[in-house]
Amino acid sequence: MRIREPFKLLAVGAIYFWLTAFALLPNLLVVIASVLERGSDEFVAFAFTLDSYRRLLDPLYLGVLLDSLGLAAATTALCLLLGYPFAYLLTRMPARWRPVLLLLVIIPFWTSSLVRTYAMVILLQTNGWLNQILLGLGLIAEPLELLYTEPAVIAGMLYALLPFMILPLYAALEKLDRRLIEAARDLGAGWITIFRRIILPLTLPGVVAGCMLTFLPGLGMFYVADLLGGAKTMLVGNLIRDQFLSARDWPFGAAASVLLTGLMGLLLWAYYLSSRRAGRGALP
Amino acid sequence: MSPRNAARIAYLILIYGFLYLPILVLIVYSFNDAKYSLEWRGMTWAWYRNLFDDPDLLRAALNSVLIAALSATVATGIGALAAVALYRYEFFGKPLLQSLIFVLMMTPDIVMGIALLILFASLSLPLGFWTLLLAHITFNIPFVVVTVSSRISGFDRHLLEAAQDLGATEFQTVRRIVLPLLMPAVAAGWLLSFTLSMDDVMVSFFVTGPTFEILPLRIYSMVRLGVTPEINALCTIMLGVTLILILIAQLLLREKT
Repeated sequence: MRIREPFKLLAVGAIYFWLTAFALLPNLLVVIASVLERGSDEFVAFAFTLDSYRRLLDPLYLGVLLDSLGLAAATTALCLLLGYPFAYLLTRMPARWRPVLLLLVIIPFWTSSLVRTYAMVILLQTNGWLNQILLGLGLIAEPLELLYTEPAVIAGMLYALLPFMILPLYAALEKLDRRLIEAARDLGAGWITIFRRIILPLTLPGVVAGCMLTFLPGLGMFYVADLLGGAKTMLVGNLIRDQFLSARDWPFGAAASVLLTGLMGLLLWAYYLSSRRAGRGALP
Repeated sequence: MSPRNAARIAYLILIYGFLYLPILVLIVYSFNDAKYSLEWRGMTWAWYRNLFDDPDLLRAALNSVLIAALSATVATGIGALAAVALYRYEFFGKPLLQSLIFVLMMTPDIVMGIALLILFASLSLPLGFWTLLLAHITFNIPFVVVTVSSRISGFDRHLLEAAQDLGATEFQTVRRIVLPLLMPAVAAGWLLSFTLSMDDVMVSFFVTGPTFEILPLRIYSMVRLGVTPEINALCTIMLGVTLILILIAQLLLREKT
């Protein structure tokens, strides 16, 4: 770095400093905290132990982990199932409508997911809209207990996360070269073959990115479980939060967080592989 | 319209309905003149008036605006400079820096929240205004970098070369050419950061203390007690502000350079 470019020094230095101090260092501290013992006065005691990781395998916590993974996986699968055809149809809409249609997806993407979770609570209440409509249609005789169930949590997460799936899928599908599909059709390929051999492999990076953006938050959104699942449903996010807020077991909470980071690493690796296979750059 | 097209449009409408119906219900009921009933009892501003009579709530709202404006400004400064540096220079560890920004954006909020909490605790920083500000700057930076970078990639390099051939210093080149061209993206980055910061629950939950309450956390504690028309009104205001900011940001990003 040459001194006669103070601007370059400032620009590079600022981002380096910030990311080191507030991204790398804190995550390093989480890893360190996860292998320390629980302290009595301080939050941690400086003695090495893998106890926190062992406790993650305790049947009680393992149950929470597996439940949470199941809920996040179900949410991700639903997002993909609903989002993929939606994103595909968006790319097939007339070009002059597309910006507006896309903006309508971006708006919920940027709005508070807490506010949207709350909107879901209003809808699902016992005397809420959905029950009123079902009653009115004569489909049910009595209001259903929709709130504080696992499906309610999935519905809430689906609602909060669907735009996070649609946007990367749309970006991937929009880049898709239509001529490849026409060529395949001319050569006699059916729609299933075209989807499986051309569309899916080329949009796989978008699929993986979308899954990452829905699956990981799906594990962590403790307020969705609080507001829609009551005390019955617990996500990894609730587990981690409770360790830091009420149980005061920081090493255990840190270990659970390292687990989430590990999952993120796996998904990022999958993203890297899929985008290399799809023949684009690895990272944007 | 062919049946195939009709089915396609029906599907789009269905998904948009799913995305917007709950929000719409929330907005409508924020004006309903009934505390507990679902029936429409006429239009009222009462719930909005109640909000403005609540000094704690107003303070939380002001705190939120303050944190959002400050964090968006600092994050935009650092993020825009980083985007320029990533475009313009080769420097040590550049691919690492790019991956780090990407990873930071993908990091689940809860992971970032507790990581920063542990950092602040080990530095013995009291949780409140400063810790909240540092945290918000951190999660805003990658979004600014990405917003500005996407605009920069469509840049004409000849303009910069011409400026330097004419004897402009690096600082002059950036200030007189790069920044003006980037202005719409920088402004959009600021607005999006402001929005993210105003709406954040998860990270803030861990890094602020009882001395400094912000609006989303206030809403969270209100919502846990149950549904009231005041929360409907408050959420409607939050939605309205966010909507306006996103619309402006999108207009700025669409404008051609």
